[in-house]
Amino acid sequence: MQDFRYLDDTAILRLSVEKCIGCGNCQVVCPHRIFLVRGGKAEIIDHNGCMECGACAKNCPVAAIYVNPDDGCGCAAYIIASWVAKIRGKTVSDRGS
Amino acid sequence: MAAALTGRDRFGTIGARTGFARDDYKVTPGLYGLGEPKDDSAVLVTANYKLSFDALRQELSGMNVWILVVDTRGINVWCAAGKGTFSAEEIAYQVAKAELDRIVSHRQLLLPQLSANGVAAHRLKELCGFRGRFGPILAADLPKFLRTGEADEGMRTVTFTLAERAVLIPLEICMLWKQLTVAAVLFFFLSGISPNFFSPALAVNRGLLLILATLTAILAGAVATPLLLPWLPFRQFWLKGAIIGGLAALLLFTGLPAMPAIERLAILLWTSGCAAFLAMNFTGSTPFTSLSGVAREMRQGLIFQIGSALLALGCWVAGPFV
Repeated sequence: MQDFRYLDDTAILRLSVEKCIGCGNCQVVCPHRIFLVRGGKAEIIDHNGCMECGACAKNCPVAAIYVNPDDGCGCAAYIIASWVAKIRGKTVSDRGS
Repeated sequence: MAAALTGRDRFGTIGARTGFARDDYKVTPGLYGLGEPKDDSAVLVTANYKLSFDALRQELSGMNVWILVVDTRGINVWCAAGKGTFSAEEIAYQVAKAELDRIVSHRQLLLPQLSANGVAAHRLKELCGFRGRFGPILAADLPKFLRTGEADEGMRTVTFTLAERAVLIPLEICMLWKQLTVAAVLFFFLSGISPNFFSPALAVNRGLLLILATLTAILAGAVATPLLLPWLPFRQFWLKGAIIGGLAALLLFTGLPAMPAIERLAILLWTSGCAAFLAMNFTGSTPFTSLSGVAREMRQGLIFQIGSALLALGCWVAGPFV
């Protein structure tokens, strides 16, 4: 999605080329098309396009991909709700996202 | 099950989009037949959120397919997957419950691509005997996908068109009623503070001005910012909102009677700060903002928002005294 770019150099995403078996699952599931399998290995071709949804890591059969594991999504309201919940010692419900 | 949406379905859509009784848009989980599916018909998996289910059955009208609705507690596909309720385990549970292996002869489930952040498709085989395959992002692309068996790059890329942004606006606004009511009470109280202790006339007249400024901020941050998103400068959402909010306040002044500079400053800061906050909250509705990025912009955005709000209210209360 080239019309919408978010902050550069913030997304936490790592790919272990040694572990990668080139199955192409990451390339299939990524909603921002940032992976490309070439010569039997996946590579990240657009790191700044990553929104940390985690689909690639979830569908990597050899756990070669690491994505920001923090619970929740890129949503300011949700982050504020989790801060409030932390102060109150409760967990956030999964509504409203 | 019917493919066409009835008047009642459309009425329900309005409810779901505005947040009216928002928890009640659930579809009963389980297996549904659309048209006259046979044992070799495709099985499509979706969430038990009304809008997800409606999109699917509407786009597939005239086709014969099975729809397996999994229990995501009434949350849409992508958010449910993100929260872990739309998972391989849940799909396997529904497959077993519906005894799908006795209904269809093949062993393939078609999954929405946006469920991939919750569904480890390669684990489905061992969990329930069915293989998972990711279809396109949009239900609208399913007929072509089912015909050709392929999803091209366009079908696999998430979009955020003007129309896709516009449908989100009613909910952004309707979620604000509670805060707005609390704010209104505070506004009247703060606006009435005067050299004569408290003036009810000032409370009403000046309180209404603050409400007007807040409504302007909502228009700027929760309507204009989402609509104009790709054309506004800066990538941080709070900056986009702050600018639009500031401009909206300047526009508002042209329709208001003359007032002291300190009160103008208060209105400007309040509108800009509120619009920045609302715009920042819109990050949660977009399909491209990362958690790390939002956390980063919040560190700057919140300082601006809290700072400008406090300064605005300070100037506002000081107004009658200078």
